[in-house]
Amino acid sequence: MNAALPIIALAVLVALGLGLRARSGHDMDMEQWSVGKRGFGTLLVFLLMAGEIYTTFTFLGGSGWAYGKGGPTYYILCYLTLIYVISYWILPPAWRFAKERNLFSQPDYFAARYDSKSLGILVALVGIVALVPYMVLQLKGLGIIVATASYGAISPTLAIWIGAAVLTVYVMVSGVRGSAWTAVLKDFMILFVVLFLGIYLPYHYYGGIGAMFTAIDGAKPGFLALPDRGQSATWFASTTLLTALGGWMFPHIFASIYTASDERTFRRNAVFLPLYQLMLLFVFFAGFAAVLQVPGLTGPDVDLSLFKIALQTFPPWFVGVIGATGVLTALVPGSMILIAGSTLIAQNLYRPLARNATDATTGRLAKGIAPLLALACVGFTLYGGETIVQLLLIGYAVVTQLFPAFFFSLLPNNPLTRAGAMAGILAGVAAVAVTVVGGYTLAKLFPDLPGPVQDLNIGVVALALNLAVAFAVSLAGRGARRTAMP
Amino acid sequence: MKSLQWLAALPFLGMMAGPFFLNRVEPLVLGMPLLLAWLVGCTVATSAIMALIYLTDPANREPGEEP
Repeated sequence: MNAALPIIALAVLVALGLGLRARSGHDMDMEQWSVGKRGFGTLLVFLLMAGEIYTTFTFLGGSGWAYGKGGPTYYILCYLTLIYVISYWILPPAWRFAKERNLFSQPDYFAARYDSKSLGILVALVGIVALVPYMVLQLKGLGIIVATASYGAISPTLAIWIGAAVLTVYVMVSGVRGSAWTAVLKDFMILFVVLFLGIYLPYHYYGGIGAMFTAIDGAKPGFLALPDRGQSATWFASTTLLTALGGWMFPHIFASIYTASDERTFRRNAVFLPLYQLMLLFVFFAGFAAVLQVPGLTGPDVDLSLFKIALQTFPPWFVGVIGATGVLTALVPGSMILIAGSTLIAQNLYRPLARNATDATTGRLAKGIAPLLALACVGFTLYGGETIVQLLLIGYAVVTQLFPAFFFSLLPNNPLTRAGAMAGILAGVAAVAVTVVGGYTLAKLFPDLPGPVQDLNIGVVALALNLAVAFAVSLAGRGARRTAMP
Repeated sequence: MKSLQWLAALPFLGMMAGPFFLNRVEPLVLGMPLLLAWLVGCTVATSAIMALIYLTDPANREPGEEP
């Protein structure tokens, strides 16, 4: 028993308490459960959107990338900023449309816009393929954090079971309200912890931030900029753009749009959320501080750099505080994913196929699916092995394929037809599966291209194919209809 | 004054084109490598630009409020 353990346990209990209390005074019907009755104000939407994006991946992965890759890690700051620039224009019309038609989920949006149940089912399937690895990543992160911060007293497996159980309970009781209230606690803690680590570690070990970067640059010249090939400037620009476009297409992030009570919420948040991303800078600083202090971590172990340096710097109670924060960064997005995933299955896979489903039965079903989905994710986490990293890469590239059909649906005259949208998504997803699973890069596919072009993110190819197929099928469909008319 | 919305292209330009020209560590700016400092500057400028767009966008006025 050490001082870290009670602090982590306390944070989990407080999160559970907040999550359960969030229900009080609210009748948990489907609309309340999955989209908070569309009644969240600017601050709750802010925390929900920030909460979904500040995941264990940002906390461990952001510092891990800074430690392992150096300069390329800056793209995380860029794409998260650009996501909110885009949000100013795309979220208000999506929100209006969803409110008018009382939509609950992301596939609902596509199904209603294109008036096609099959498109809804396709989007739901794509969404689940992307969500499961995202959830597994949160649980894996949670296991690592608790095991490390408890100095090995709690095994990763036990931590994963406890974490999954806690979030399932408050998800079933309070729905998205529970996520929003635990997000309040999480953002408060992460702000404090990240600012402290990002400033204290450079000063403690190097005497300042400038001194730290000078020392790293001396030891590893060029590490703090982008390499000439591989993750070069071309890679940086294309990856930033792709991830910024894809970000809103994750089902749980898309669904958070529906929770807002007012469309101006999004425009207001588009002003403040970019500034909030500067918190990442301090995550990077903490990761960079570890470069020369805990050298030698490679492969997936780079994600441990933050905790390794914390363990050698701080007393157990403070390691506990960092661990507690890490646990919350897994619980909040995890709960959102669970809600969105269950809603997807109940509302967009079961309901279109069941003749007499009502809002009430669908809502009950969604809550019943939540623990099963959580169980499946725990299973994947414990027995899925390393392939999960591969799956996550696919997940990100896969959801991005929904962006063209979404974007064109916002235009006054949508150039895409129902069949075009579906064909585009299918072509894009197939291209992703082939290129990512096969480990292809543009350099391997087209060895004759000039170097900088070869560094383009391979996702660009899938997106281009998606667009080409979507337009070709739409044009062919329109032409056929015209000739068929008398 | 809806015409200010084109300013939103600047963050994209700064963050995506910047690395081609400013991919350097030295000189450190505010203690940070040049490239990182540039991207941080872009992030701060993004908030300022979005604030300007927000304030001048007629869609954000209360109904009946004076323009």
